[in-house]
Amino acid sequence: MDRWAEIKREARRERPGGVVVEVGTATCGRAAGAIEVASAFEEAVGTDRVIRVGCMGHCYAEPMAVIRSEGWPAVLYGYLTPGKARALVRRIADGDPALEWALGAIEPNDLVPVVDESPRFGGQTRRLLARCGVVDPEDIDCSISAGAYEGLARALRMSPEEIIGEIRASGLRGLGGGGFPAWRKWEACREAPVTPRYVICNADEGDPGAFMDRTIIESDPHSVIEGMIVASLAIGSSEGLVYVRREYPLAVERLRLAVEQAAARGLLGRDILGSGHEFTIRIALGAGAFVCGESTALMYSLEGRRGMPRVRPPRSAEAGLRGKPTLLNNVKTFSSVPLILTGGAQAFASVGTPGSKGTAVFALAGKVLATGLVEVEMGTTLKNIVLDIGGGVPPARKGSTVAGEAGSFPRRLKAVQIGGPSGGCLPESEMDVPVDFDALRAAGAMMGSGGLVVLDEDNCAVETARFFLEFTQKESCGKCTFCRIGTRHMLDILERITRGEGEPDDLGSLEDLAEDIGNGSLCNLGRTAPNPVLTTLRFFRGEYEAHILDKRCPARECKALSAYVIDLARCRRSCDACVGSCPVEAITTREDHLKEIDQTKCVKCHSCWDACPAEYDAVFKVSPPPRERT
Amino acid sequence: MGPVDPEKTSEEIEAARQALASLEADATLVSALIEVQDRVGYLPAHVMQEVARRLGVADTVVHSVASFYNQFRFTHPGRHRIQVCLGTACHVRRGLTILESFERRLGIREGGVTPDLEYGLERVNCIGCCTLAPVAVVDGQVEGRVSPTRVDGILLGHERERKE
Repeated sequence: MDRWAEIKREARRERPGGVVVEVGTATCGRAAGAIEVASAFEEAVGTDRVIRVGCMGHCYAEPMAVIRSEGWPAVLYGYLTPGKARALVRRIADGDPALEWALGAIEPNDLVPVVDESPRFGGQTRRLLARCGVVDPEDIDCSISAGAYEGLARALRMSPEEIIGEIRASGLRGLGGGGFPAWRKWEACREAPVTPRYVICNADEGDPGAFMDRTIIESDPHSVIEGMIVASLAIGSSEGLVYVRREYPLAVERLRLAVEQAAARGLLGRDILGSGHEFTIRIALGAGAFVCGESTALMYSLEGRRGMPRVRPPRSAEAGLRGKPTLLNNVKTFSSVPLILTGGAQAFASVGTPGSKGTAVFALAGKVLATGLVEVEMGTTLKNIVLDIGGGVPPARKGSTVAGEAGSFPRRLKAVQIGGPSGGCLPESEMDVPVDFDALRAAGAMMGSGGLVVLDEDNCAVETARFFLEFTQKESCGKCTFCRIGTRHMLDILERITRGEGEPDDLGSLEDLAEDIGNGSLCNLGRTAPNPVLTTLRFFRGEYEAHILDKRCPARECKALSAYVIDLARCRRSCDACVGSCPVEAITTREDHLKEIDQTKCVKCHSCWDACPAEYDAVFKVSPPPRERT
Repeated sequence: MGPVDPEKTSEEIEAARQALASLEADATLVSALIEVQDRVGYLPAHVMQEVARRLGVADTVVHSVASFYNQFRFTHPGRHRIQVCLGTACHVRRGLTILESFERRLGIREGGVTPDLEYGLERVNCIGCCTLAPVAVVDGQVEGRVSPTRVDGILLGHERERKE
């Protein structure tokens, strides 16, 4: 234990006086230009005063930075550019913290309003993400000073049974989507009479539209490593693996570095903190197959084979990787473990619902103002997340599709797609559903991995279902006939409907196929593949019927069923905006200088709608398309 | 399939050999293929045969594994790699329109390469920049809020560079 005290002492570092800048440099920040902003800060204040932290969760305001300067509280700035960064440094040196660029102060103070006053910040409970965007993920000392490995230090003083008991008391459920009580897997693994046993972290986040696991690894990799070490103590394992998507290069790089640094401190390796316990972690790259999120498929993939699920039992806890007992948990599940051990099971279970304890992390995207990562207590309603924290649906610049409105053009929330390809589409009327494993399942959706995509009235329910089915159809491994061929049939039907070639029997066929695929598939990819179709059929049946019976797409999204037209009464003779914007030269100027769209050439790319000035607002979408002139 | 260039083929096989030599002893077939593709750029038949020979497995085993995973490709990736994101967030913000714009301009379909091997076009399932949707990645550089007009701009910029 002395070794741990020593590591903590060595990790402590004096914060330099004067200005210190923390810039968020996870993938989303980088895409928005965070590296350029960080370099600008470094040039202005010196490299040692700029800390490159992970993701702060506010993608909509990237690039972001927290600036600590003498005489002022720590202030968070958003929407930065290299120019703004240089100006900020100059102004702060002159005693002016440029509050008009600030999102708010980090902690309560007398000078600057706190970010928590805004629901985007205050509505959250950041526990799993507590260190994300705060620590430098490439510096283990920074994480240790912020409390990392404290849970491990406690676990080393406990017996395996006590650790599992603590996990059990916390009520932790698998956060990869399944929601299986974590302690049961741990116990089953521990009781398996075979060795060696393996600990595997599933970081193969394949859901299109979810990026929580990536963010946690990029921003706080040590929480995952710590969770895995504790698990290894509990089940008696000396070998760990992280299966991470190759599409996440930054996450892979930071994880590798974190493992190296942990090993250098004696937190991984032969004799962890002098306890005699041995545990090492290796990183394996996933080569891109959604089905490898399924435990048995993942094990085969790790063995270098095709990742196709097998029949269970035996469960992975009994016969997993190389036929040995294997504990497989998701990134978020492992990073919850240190929280439970550091703060105690009671504190962990103090938030949430009776059946789902703790918090849930969502990747909020789509038609919502404040996109990004959101961590809320279990039991929070979808309405809270989307409307309060997310700020609702952004208004449109113009309002062609909303009749009789002027000025600002609000858009109506249509649905929330939760849980990705395995989840469902919940309409506005279901927005009071709480975030809870069981409540979401009862509503026909699923907690899933945590993707939460907001749809507005311009999104078509049928097209959304088609999109997800196309995904699962492509990703079906082909082992089970119903999943392989059934999803193909469903996709064919949905494609026909979106093309306006649907038939009245189609809805019944979809429902029959959905049931058969659900029953006839081995793994959850197949079993849950029909969910997006079933929920849209349940809540938006009228929209399906409009496509089939009236050959009309009410949201005007399906290309074959809608068209762009120019309202001649609103079009202005002197304006050529739409003509210039059209990539296929489908817009021509008539003799009277008004514009006209040639429907045979139009590819429905929306450029003319975007180009037409809001004061004219002459481009309309219509469905069904105008009948062709003969 | 274009005409076989023996010189290029042997170069690719040599690159694959080097990649295989750098592997750890207990490397799996999947990790071997990842390493080889990183060096060669893709997995043509002669390269996969080399992998099979070196690892002592049948050609069909290598092909069955390589064809299972999305990351492996059997055709030349093109000198400029264009990836259009079609994750959920990009989809609801018209990502498909962007893919179609590239397809129209380049005259190829998703997964294809232009005949001069200059551009390769792929779709990807979410790169996690959902806020910037719709997103395209051109030679590793993320382009956010892409419009059909921006697609023309990206390609025009490349064409100009080529001429210079």
